[in-house]
Amino acid sequence: MTLSPAWNQFLFGIYPYICLTVLLLGSLIRYDREPYSWKSDSSQVLRAKTLRWGSNLFHYGILVVVLGHFAGFLMPEWAIGWLLDPGQHQLLAMVGGGLAGIVAIIGLSLLIWRRVGDPRVRRNSRKWDIAIVVMLWFQLLLGLSTVPMSARHMDGAMFELLSHYVQSIVYLQGGGAALLQGVPWVYQLHILLGFSIFLVSPFTRMVHIWSGVAGVAYLFRPYQLVRTRKRAVRS
Amino acid sequence: MKVRAQIAMVLNLDKCIGCHTCSVTCKNVWTSRKGMEYAWFNNVETKPGIGYPKDWENQERWRGGWVRKPGGKLVPKQGGRFAVLAKLFANPAMPEIDDYYEPFTFDYENLQTAPELPTAPVARPISLISGRTMDKVEWGPNWEEILGGEFSKRSADYNFEAVQKDIYGQFENTFMMYLPRLCEHCLNPTCVASCPSGSIYKREEDGIVLIDQDKCRGWRMCVSGCPYKKIYYNWTSGKAEKCTFCYPRIEAGLPTVCSETCVGRIRYLGVLLYDADRISEAAATENPHDLYQAQLDVFLDPYDKEVQRQALADGVPAEWIQSAKHSPAYKMAVEWKIAFPLHPEYRTLPMVWYVPPLSPIQAHANAGAIDSTDHGLPDVDSLRIPVRYLANLLTAGNEAPVTGALKRMLAMRAWFRAQQLGEPQDPAMLDAVGLDQATAEAMHRYLAIANYEDRFVIPTAHREEAENAYQLRGGCGFTFGNGCDGIDAKAGLFGGKMGRRKVIPIRMVDDDT
Repeated sequence: MTLSPAWNQFLFGIYPYICLTVLLLGSLIRYDREPYSWKSDSSQVLRAKTLRWGSNLFHYGILVVVLGHFAGFLMPEWAIGWLLDPGQHQLLAMVGGGLAGIVAIIGLSLLIWRRVGDPRVRRNSRKWDIAIVVMLWFQLLLGLSTVPMSARHMDGAMFELLSHYVQSIVYLQGGGAALLQGVPWVYQLHILLGFSIFLVSPFTRMVHIWSGVAGVAYLFRPYQLVRTRKRAVRS
Repeated sequence: MKVRAQIAMVLNLDKCIGCHTCSVTCKNVWTSRKGMEYAWFNNVETKPGIGYPKDWENQERWRGGWVRKPGGKLVPKQGGRFAVLAKLFANPAMPEIDDYYEPFTFDYENLQTAPELPTAPVARPISLISGRTMDKVEWGPNWEEILGGEFSKRSADYNFEAVQKDIYGQFENTFMMYLPRLCEHCLNPTCVASCPSGSIYKREEDGIVLIDQDKCRGWRMCVSGCPYKKIYYNWTSGKAEKCTFCYPRIEAGLPTVCSETCVGRIRYLGVLLYDADRISEAAATENPHDLYQAQLDVFLDPYDKEVQRQALADGVPAEWIQSAKHSPAYKMAVEWKIAFPLHPEYRTLPMVWYVPPLSPIQAHANAGAIDSTDHGLPDVDSLRIPVRYLANLLTAGNEAPVTGALKRMLAMRAWFRAQQLGEPQDPAMLDAVGLDQATAEAMHRYLAIANYEDRFVIPTAHREEAENAYQLRGGCGFTFGNGCDGIDAKAGLFGGKMGRRKVIPIRMVDDDT
């Protein structure tokens, strides 16, 4: 897929920042203004059977995938170079990401089947509950289909290029969009859909990811919590 | 010593007639909303039975409460902190809604709109979850009402532990009791310990355990953490909800709705002072048989000058200490030892206590099935099964405290029966069970007469500590979102309501042409 330079610049140079801004600002505003709407929105109580497998497979798979993306793309070049050569890096990403991706997409397929097929869950789903799982499913499919594509070039060059692009966006280096000119459309779509998921996240149940990360604080707090109304005097 | 106060509840099961007024008034006030149809903050179960949700006392299945590790450390039975986080994606111990019951309504419209038929039209049940017609209502909030259903199913009751199986059926012919249940507002709650977002907390002033609805993320670990299964997941709002002990009423010095409306006058509310420093030690008591006594030892004597001094130093208001002296909960639980905690073996140190039922035992005696003691009282010690059952329910299987309480209550009854009939009252009858005449008279006043002002001794919250009500004016309690309108949680930018208020449009009456 060849895009005009202007479109290329907009979609890969500007759109990501729109998405990231909406993600951060949207989450912040929702957290501040609508705390009651901030939740994981579990439907386990309505039907637990398929959820047991689906949710665990999907969440653990996607956790590995997302952490892999962070580590693989955002680690400074010298750090990666010290650990692995580009070819090894690519192989690790393909095998590790591929396996985790397969686990996640199996889980997500089960969850979609449950959400759409189970009358109890279907009736209590909002439009966005369904839209977001479908978006995630296509994103996983796109991500997985880059694996056989990468297998044709095992030199790690494409990985380095994508890594440069992601770092140019995240570290505000500029000029990243031009790198993607002419990159196979599967990669381009994966990037666009990825940022689009960021864009819609604050308006969906996806905000629970923030709370999931914040859940780490649970490891360090005492079991019992007591609140007091006393403002001035504290015992 | 760190003194704190809690409003505790005592229920006199001897007088519970199973009318469900408490459950219904509670539901009308607190859980008549979408997503909470299946939830009863207060429910009344017929025992023996498996209860609501099904089999809730079986903690091998539902994994509620605490376990004591060999070293004496307490860990939630569903797992430590890492285990809890690892189970967030699908809580393996969370009941499904069918374990409570599938909420339903009836197709009443059909009764009015059905065409002329050879048979009478019927109102079929419709599921409130899926909206579909249900073939059959399989279970309900009180399916075992007055021993309904097959005994084979009901005999799965967990409290039959250590009772010989073949005696169950015989037992049931003479023994039945009601068990009203609500949140225990524990001193060592597992729900609080299980919440990854830290949204559940105990109030220092009155001990009420509440869920911060704005901080709850719907991780559901509290549902499985609570051994009494008294936290409910609202499947519409995606938040956990629980009994609030009617805290707005308590703060104003009024009894909870369930207590206020109890027609049998079985509920008592009063202050208990306790030593917060002794909680973890008491909850970790090695032998479950000693847990009841360990919890009693956590409570403090409000007449003790040292306790009073420390209570004031720790910020307990003076009139709360005063109320603690008149507390019916203190009298029944600590002084007379006729009230017991529900399942102390869960190690949560529950604060809703129960006076065991006497009537089934008396009925048993009247039928000539029990031997009498020298004073003509039924010999409680010969009642192996009911006592064992009550002990499993109230003292982790320790029978001595239960028989002691039953004997005292029987002696008190016999004493006043003799007085009523003008028969000679034998003080030896009281002596034999360790009662004096004054205590028997006090017990009679609290248990039999049960005046309103004796049952409810509730000091009000302190005005200077209350939140600024000016900002809450026009607000509402449980609604889905920031506004007060409707119950539709599906609109709005963030999947909830955006504080928009539905206003009835003004329309000129004459304009209606």
